[in-house]
Amino acid sequence: MTARAVAKATPEPHHNRHSAPQSFWRKYVFSVDHKVIGKQYLALGLFMALVGGFTAYLIRWQLAWPETEVPGWSYVEPDFYNTMVTMHGTIMVFFVAMPILLGAFGNFLIPLMVGAPDMAFPRLNMMSFWTIFTASCVLMASFFVPGGAAAAGWTGYAPLSADPVYTGVDWGQNLWILALALEFSSFLMGGVNFMTTAINMRAPGLSLFRLPLFVWMQMTAAVLFMLSVGPLIAGAVMLLLDRTAGTGFFLPARGGDPLLWQHLFWFFGHPEVYVVLLPGFGAILEILPVFARKPIFGYRAIVYSTIAAGALSFIVWAHHMFISGIDARLAIPFSVTTILISVPFAIMIFSMIATLWGGSLRFPTPMLFALGALATFLIGGVTGIFLGSAAVDIFMHDTYFVVAHFHFTLFPSALLGGFAAIYYWYPKMFGRMLDETLGKLHFWITIVAFNCVFIPLFLVGMGGHMRRIYNPLQYDFLKPMQPIHEFATIAAIVLLLGQIPLIVNFFWSLAFGRRAADNPWQANTLEWATTSPPPHENFAAVPTVYRDAYEYSLPGNATDWLPQHVPGPALKAQEQAA
Amino acid sequence: MLRWFPENISTYGGDIDAVFSLIYYIVGVWFLLAEGALFFFVFRYRRRAGRAAAYVRGERFSELAWVLVPAVIVLALDFGIEAAGGPVWARVKEDVPEHALRVNVRAQQFNWNFIYPGPDGQFDSADDVTLENELHVPAGRDVEVRLESKDVIHSFFIPNVRLKQDILPGRTIRAWFNATKPGRYELPCAELCGFGHYNMRGFLTVHSADEYERWLQEQWPAAAATAALPAS
Repeated sequence: MTARAVAKATPEPHHNRHSAPQSFWRKYVFSVDHKVIGKQYLALGLFMALVGGFTAYLIRWQLAWPETEVPGWSYVEPDFYNTMVTMHGTIMVFFVAMPILLGAFGNFLIPLMVGAPDMAFPRLNMMSFWTIFTASCVLMASFFVPGGAAAAGWTGYAPLSADPVYTGVDWGQNLWILALALEFSSFLMGGVNFMTTAINMRAPGLSLFRLPLFVWMQMTAAVLFMLSVGPLIAGAVMLLLDRTAGTGFFLPARGGDPLLWQHLFWFFGHPEVYVVLLPGFGAILEILPVFARKPIFGYRAIVYSTIAAGALSFIVWAHHMFISGIDARLAIPFSVTTILISVPFAIMIFSMIATLWGGSLRFPTPMLFALGALATFLIGGVTGIFLGSAAVDIFMHDTYFVVAHFHFTLFPSALLGGFAAIYYWYPKMFGRMLDETLGKLHFWITIVAFNCVFIPLFLVGMGGHMRRIYNPLQYDFLKPMQPIHEFATIAAIVLLLGQIPLIVNFFWSLAFGRRAADNPWQANTLEWATTSPPPHENFAAVPTVYRDAYEYSLPGNATDWLPQHVPGPALKAQEQAA
Repeated sequence: MLRWFPENISTYGGDIDAVFSLIYYIVGVWFLLAEGALFFFVFRYRRRAGRAAAYVRGERFSELAWVLVPAVIVLALDFGIEAAGGPVWARVKEDVPEHALRVNVRAQQFNWNFIYPGPDGQFDSADDVTLENELHVPAGRDVEVRLESKDVIHSFFIPNVRLKQDILPGRTIRAWFNATKPGRYELPCAELCGFGHYNMRGFLTVHSADEYERWLQEQWPAAAATAALPAS
């Protein structure tokens, strides 16, 4: 790294710092400290996960035993079923995965990993949390307005979503649009903060190619989100106008076109998949080298692949629309770009597997979740090829094959990656260790039950089973698949109950867990260079970075790890390659 | 694996299934190799006393080749899959055959309306006949469906035919199929269209040629039933 770059990377002196807060409200509620805000996001995301999990329970029960009362609830009516599938998707993508992976861990870790005292814009950061908090309240409120919550699917396809006459839902759909618009603006504020902090507030010596991959993934996710969300915000405003002001952007009767909504939605929707997926990958990429005691394999290849996948994600949106009525000649070009994305992801996945080669692997809970995520994501990855092929998509589109595929991409990256992150960084966040026995119990139930829920759904999808069908017994050709639904539902209930060990562990360890050392996993990245939990403004003195983030088992070194901030040999990839 | 699929009864359905099979075997091999390597490494390189981890950064090309070469093979296979799938897509979706038997389809919450031209063979005339949720076609004949929707987006799906096509309100979309095996098949809606979506169930009845003639006679006894069949 050149002297100029080092000087540039030195944090600005104190103008964006803030003194330690004194009052309760400033310290714990309206805090501007990125660590507190990160925990607030975590609490919000985990609470919404419970709501989202309950909607999953109602959906699965209804599918398995359509004509029975759901235990702990009542009968699910067809319109309420549509509300459940709509809200399940909305909550899980926008109010669970994003708050936990970007909100909680992005906020908590980016300043720590780059050696900064806080985010670049602490007040904007506080505002981003309270905006998504408001968005969550609006979304929850929509359950209680007359007509109930939104029921037009999580993709909100017009005209179904554009006029209450089609669903019977009026205010619920308006509040759904409002909640999403608020949520998007929250993450715009967050994205600006992530980018600015990671670019401008890096510790001396921390060049871009010494950044932990987690930071790279968060930066890429932030850029993807910021570039893609604009069209959808515009779409949301247009949809709201169609509903309330009598415009006809998406309504053919008033001169509009329903396809416009789909283009705006999926132009955002596909990059959004990577917004959710990349931070989960980032967590896995941090964890694998630490517990393999090896450098990450192909750091630069992973960075370039991430950027390539991000760029490609902007030219694939129409693969959600192969059979939507777009010009049929568009399908093959979009099919080619879609399938091309398998190449950067193959490089990432192969690099993760290669990181294990020749390692000295240990298996505490974070590593189990990281490996579990890797093993299951492979299924999500390869099944994407079927759907990326336009010809096969003719049959598979809107069937349970799609449902199984996207759960196999987002559950491993977002949820298993999120769990890995919780177990790995909990000591840093709360200064206590999580219990390993409960953690392993949680892992094994989760991984087995998850596979038992969603592998069978691939088969159901091959049988031609449509999504969002309230009562599958209506169709003769679906009836033979009913036992599979029953099996998947039982597994889903086990999966939900399997989260109890995590909840117990989380709160029990908060009070009674073993005190965590500053660097309990013997890791190299900067967040472990401060106390657990870190003090206000993170570091007693601004750390200086001497080398890459993953120097494990360096020959000639006394220990098998060599933290980034410890003086010693300044290693560069090129030198070692020589 | 294909045994999970509904029985194929269309001329192009077998091609779609073949592309599925091709992808299945390609990604199946990759999947087994990758999972195999993952599980083998986890077992083989678990921590053992006296054995240190290797210091390999994967930055040198000779190391990175272990990742890049397979990635290039993935790329080549991707193009193979496209080469196999593209023509099938084109046949199903781009080339609607000329001189096909035509039926207009009007979808609405939550019914399929199938409109036949009646004895005069002309659509939009007084003798058009609309059947609710019943589509009847002769076996072995190209059938063109002109899809319209009265209200929201529906999706015309015949699992046994391997045909699926969304129907957008405000436009007419053409689709076609050629069913080879007589029988009665279900015809669901595949796109969420409201609370009755699950119950938007139609039927495709495929008749043998003679039987189709008889069916036409029953529907339009007075007129020359053959007029309903455009000259081919």
